Amino acid sequence: MDFTFPWSSLLGGMLLGVSAFILLLFNGKIAGISGILSGLVKPIKNDFLWRGLFLIGMMLGGILGRDAFGAHIPSEFSIPTWLVVIAGLLVGIGTKIGNGCTSGHGICGMGRLSYRSIVATCVFMVVAVVTTYVHLHVLN
Amino acid sequence: MTYFIALAAGLLFGLGMAVSGMVDPNNVIGFLDITGNWLPDLAFVMGGGLLVFLPCFLLIIKPRSKPIFAESFSLSHLKSIDKKLVMGAAIFGLGWGIAGLCPGPVASSLLAGNVDVIYFFLAMMAGFALVDFTQKS
Repeated sequence: MDFTFPWSSLLGGMLLGVSAFILLLFNGKIAGISGILSGLVKPIKNDFLWRGLFLIGMMLGGILGRDAFGAHIPSEFSIPTWLVVIAGLLVGIGTKIGNGCTSGHGICGMGRLSYRSIVATCVFMVVAVVTTYVHLHVLN
Repeated sequence: MTYFIALAAGLLFGLGMAVSGMVDPNNVIGFLDITGNWLPDLAFVMGGGLLVFLPCFLLIIKPRSKPIFAESFSLSHLKSIDKKLVMGAAIFGLGWGIAGLCPGPVASSLLAGNVDVIYFFLAMMAGFALVDFTQKS
């Protein structure tokens, strides 16, 4: 294992923390991406536009990171499209049932020391590690 | 003003996703593959996020009765660890482990010219709608 200190990961993570902080401090909203996006599916009056603007900001922020800061965004994935679709469906269903994803539970929820979020984060981490193990070392 | 904050917070979030390396599923799978050639880097993403958010929440937000530009904080008041939480997190972990993609990096990569990102995004939105639909009826 080669280890060089991952400054870019730390800096990127801190930007997520700053984003979550200002969204909660000014608007009272949690920067949980699955929660913000799932609210676009069933629009509620006065609760739609900010979600759309957050999404547009994210899309532009990703491109800014690529073009101005040299971040690598892959132009294709190593798994077939049908598997990408199944994964997307599972992520949508799971985060909706479990009320959160890596950002909502992992950063905002754990950052509020929410017991539910700590449990959820442990569960999805363990399941993802086991899934990766089976995918890479058992099926291949 | 809340709309400007939403746009700015989204921009910072997307930038953080790109700079941190979360937008590359190879990094994510490398992080999850703890028995293989483990890449620990992404632990610093959640670490960095918590390093900023946790003290800011406890010292600045928690003492406040309401946000600066809104009437109230939209925070979950659920307390119990129920079957839904655990089942949902497990299903999410399965999907995350299959592709190395979660909602934040996908939304931040939508303009990057990878059509599979758009398929993932649409499938995820369909997943939200499916749960919405079945939970109502």
